Amino acid sequence: MTSPKDLLQKWIAERAGAERPWLEDQLATLAAPGATERELHLFLGFAPRRLGKADLALSPDELAEADAARPGWQPGDWSLDGAARVLGLLSYRGDRPFSETFKDLRRTSDAAEMIALYRGLPLYPEPESLHFEVGEGLRSNLKPVFEAIAHNNPYPRDHFDEHRWNHMILKALFIGAALGPITGLKDRANPELARILVQYARERWAAGRPVMEELWPLVGPFAETPEIRAQLDRARAEGRIIEEFVS
Amino acid sequence: MMLIDPHAHMISRTTDDYEAMAAAGVVALIEPAFWLGQPRTFVGTYVDYLSTIVGWERFRAGQFGIRHYCTIGLNSKEANNEELAEGVMEWLPRFALKEGVVAIGEIGYDEQTALEDKYFRLQLTLAKEIDLPVMVHTPHRDKKRGTSLSMDVCEEMGLDPSMVVIDHNNEETVGEVLDRGYWAGFSIYPSTKMGNARMVELLKQYGSERIIVDSACDWGISDCLGVAKTAQLALQSGVSEEVVRAVCYGNALAAYGQSGQMKESDWLSPPAIDQRTLYEGNSILRGGREPVIEEPGTQRRKGLTIE
Repeated sequence: MTSPKDLLQKWIAERAGAERPWLEDQLATLAAPGATERELHLFLGFAPRRLGKADLALSPDELAEADAARPGWQPGDWSLDGAARVLGLLSYRGDRPFSETFKDLRRTSDAAEMIALYRGLPLYPEPESLHFEVGEGLRSNLKPVFEAIAHNNPYPRDHFDEHRWNHMILKALFIGAALGPITGLKDRANPELARILVQYARERWAAGRPVMEELWPLVGPFAETPEIRAQLDRARAEGRIIEEFVS
Repeated sequence: MMLIDPHAHMISRTTDDYEAMAAAGVVALIEPAFWLGQPRTFVGTYVDYLSTIVGWERFRAGQFGIRHYCTIGLNSKEANNEELAEGVMEWLPRFALKEGVVAIGEIGYDEQTALEDKYFRLQLTLAKEIDLPVMVHTPHRDKKRGTSLSMDVCEEMGLDPSMVVIDHNNEETVGEVLDRGYWAGFSIYPSTKMGNARMVELLKQYGSERIIVDSACDWGISDCLGVAKTAQLALQSGVSEEVVRAVCYGNALAAYGQSGQMKESDWLSPPAIDQRTLYEGNSILRGGREPVIEEPGTQRRKGLTIE
């Protein structure tokens, strides 16, 4: 079984063109004992400058390799520089706990760096230690940073408790991020989320705003819960069209 | 006409300003690191400020179809707090390589003290080391001497004048700055810096070579439409379109484009990856038209001239 790190290294090297020697030299430096955080900072800074920012554009076979190496890993929308940054972080041998290094990088990252850091979540060691860092990302005002966590990323499905999961779904609706690309959307549906979503729909109706249809499949499985049933009946009595989504 | 405002402290401005700038034809702006009006007393607040201008503010501008770039530096006022200055200097190399950083700046002199001189030189050394342009803030007080001194020190530290923008010029300083081969920035800023009627006279006298117009809008009484209003006034006063385009767009792009971080294609044909991440795009590019001063709110109903 090829590891995600080996896959990244193969994909990026194949796409690095004339910068391949630079890339391999840098990765060797980062992996060597005694590698410094300054070397990591410089690599992260130079990655887009040396490798460019093109889409990684993985083939169907490469995407299948990714899913085999880490179930749920979907680097289909990764960029070359972003992938290199994740690879650099996976290659770096520091003395500090991984979450400390991650925090230090995240705190001073530009938007593209932050997106790359969060897209790498399913690949990092000690995933549970990143609880606070992930929370900071979800709280970000930068929609693409939020989406780096929420979209095509198995980390939330695998590591979020119900409260954090539900609030991620709700925030996605609030900021106009699609629900479709959220990994595990159906598996993690729960009655508390259904209750929150129905209440949210009521608030939207009251304000004369449209309700996104994509929330109803998350309510449907719990339509017979008394509290939710009462809300749905009331909505139907008011002439709201929700039947087709809940059945 | 597409415009660039190469000196705008957007952290101090509202979304109304972004809308007005976009409507007036501003496609890109540069936000120099500066003094916030309140001195910072912890290195950490300075670090978070730098993170803001490379992160959130860049994203915020993108929502209005404006490309946002910034300059990274320790400003002259805060260079006088040695403990803070030492701490900030440690962090600058980490920020100077961030996406969209087009220069080290704004740096230079305020009171022309020994500490200001020390940190100005250290930052010029950094700029030279990583091959970035420099944005020099010239002092409000004793400006003429401070401007000459700034250029003397740039040359002493081995910088090529073509990599240095000397900003906040006036009638008294512009001659020497241009003669010595530097870019000359003019901040259209009511009552303290340069008015746009005076700016038009300078354009008639000096032409467009290496002259850059900016608004320097910040937390003070300033106008984020300074560049647009100057462009409009210049065109109305018979200055050629070619000259106006150079001083309100082309020269800033040429000077700061030397960073490799700012290209016309950034706003003319942004790559898909940018549309997915930071930039909403500008659906109406205003090529070949005079800048339009639209008035989103009644508070903008004021004259064309800034004096």
